[in-house]
Amino acid sequence: MSISELIDSQSELTDTASSKTPIVLMTRVRLARNVAGFSFPGWAKSAQREEILEKLRSAVTALPQMKRGINVAIGELSELEKQILVERHLISRELSGAKSGAGVIISKDQAFSVMMNEEDHLRIQVLRSGFQLKKAWNAINDLDSALEESLDYAFSPTLGYLTACPTNLGTAMRASAMMHLPALVISNQMEKVVRAVNQLGMVVRGLFGEGSDASGSIFQISNQTTLGEAEDDLIKRLHSVLQSIVEHELNAREKLMEADSGKLFDKIGRAYGILQNSHVLSSSEAMNLLSLIRLGVDLGAFPDGSRCVIDRLFIEAQPGHLQHAQKGELEPNQRDVMRAARLRSEFANFARPDFNFSTNGKN
Amino acid sequence: MANPLKCDLCSKPATVHLTQIVNNKVHKVDLCEACAQAKGVTDPSGFSLADLLLKASLNPESPGAGLRCERCGFSQNDFKKHGRFGCPVCYETFRGLVEPMLENMHNGIAHAGKIPHRALERKSLYDRLTKLELDLTEAIKSERYEDAARTRDEINRVKQAFTTKLAP
Repeated sequence: MSISELIDSQSELTDTASSKTPIVLMTRVRLARNVAGFSFPGWAKSAQREEILEKLRSAVTALPQMKRGINVAIGELSELEKQILVERHLISRELSGAKSGAGVIISKDQAFSVMMNEEDHLRIQVLRSGFQLKKAWNAINDLDSALEESLDYAFSPTLGYLTACPTNLGTAMRASAMMHLPALVISNQMEKVVRAVNQLGMVVRGLFGEGSDASGSIFQISNQTTLGEAEDDLIKRLHSVLQSIVEHELNAREKLMEADSGKLFDKIGRAYGILQNSHVLSSSEAMNLLSLIRLGVDLGAFPDGSRCVIDRLFIEAQPGHLQHAQKGELEPNQRDVMRAARLRSEFANFARPDFNFSTNGKN
Repeated sequence: MANPLKCDLCSKPATVHLTQIVNNKVHKVDLCEACAQAKGVTDPSGFSLADLLLKASLNPESPGAGLRCERCGFSQNDFKKHGRFGCPVCYETFRGLVEPMLENMHNGIAHAGKIPHRALERKSLYDRLTKLELDLTEAIKSERYEDAARTRDEINRVKQAFTTKLAP
């Protein structure tokens, strides 16, 4: 499979309508692993990096989950291709800027991705659309156990899996959920939520991880610590934190509806109008408008099935995806024109909002 | 003193003779008046033989800061610079540095999660094999042939376990 085939084919994130849920867009679990007897990628000489990369590649491509997937060195990818993979959450920004000897293997359905020679020898991750933490953990646990058959992981009985950075020691697991929290943003409660979540040992970041902004009211929430707890316990703890954030968001939505449903409908209706008719749209404006439409879907103003269209557009409205669709690099202002055109055509056939749903029940 | 010592730097007759002990090694330097002045030897607090002559041959090994990982050459200063370690063995080398960090960093200081059983089993068999092979060489060298035969049988058993149980 080639990279452009992968970009054009259906993926776990963009095409699984059945598992789409309100509020939680997707779940992800990532494990860091290193091979004993080799320096970590950041310290290894480039010949060592190449040597370990070959070893990792043959172990990973042998996995049944990776059959007919894609296996590329980062150096073989164009800037645009790398950007698209970042936008799909299949590689990290750090990997996309990696020196020689880095690579990625992605499963055909784009649910699994294995980054090689990023900060650690292996960063293996699974993405699931919707709220499926436990299922995601089971999937990545199986993949990890299968890899262990052929790779000698660097492991210490007291420190757990040994990672380049001591903040990842122990389980070396980062579990996260991408959450859509428009009502908490509108009612200015996010700061409070972030503080509370931090106190519970979890971190809140923007859509693309560390340092990224939270356009579209999308936040990534993950565990901060990795040592001292078993994976199952970490997953359970994160699950309950996420559950309570979901409840807070639902409460905030209810409050907004009670206080002034007209104002909320106005926002959603205007967003619909702009998406259908605008000719220049920046990335962050598009994200915010799409966010309002998704809120509209959750409230019942649009059919349930359209949630999956919005989630796909969240990704396809990103700069890399737009340029790929246009088959060429574009200046930012050209991109804004293309983005508006793209969204106009998507929304030409999108159901009109119907605000005559019962406002008594939730959703 | 028919054959006076020459200055180590300029070959004029040496009049300043210094002995310094660094890491239990004696280092001697002989200098002329002018060179001694130029190198600041007359100020004993600021002078180091290591700085002057032995830069290449002597690693400045102040405790902790000069610690280096035997496997990958990573130093404590490298960690200060990068915030990442060089290789898995660094965690043993810099144990004293890592342990105090963990408490603030994590929700515990001991691993409680998944264990790579297969990899560890493989490693323990491998370690056992290495040891048995050493024993075998030792036994043959000291002509304990009965021991050697027993060790050889044991090696074969371990090898068998290695291939049947753990081959991927």
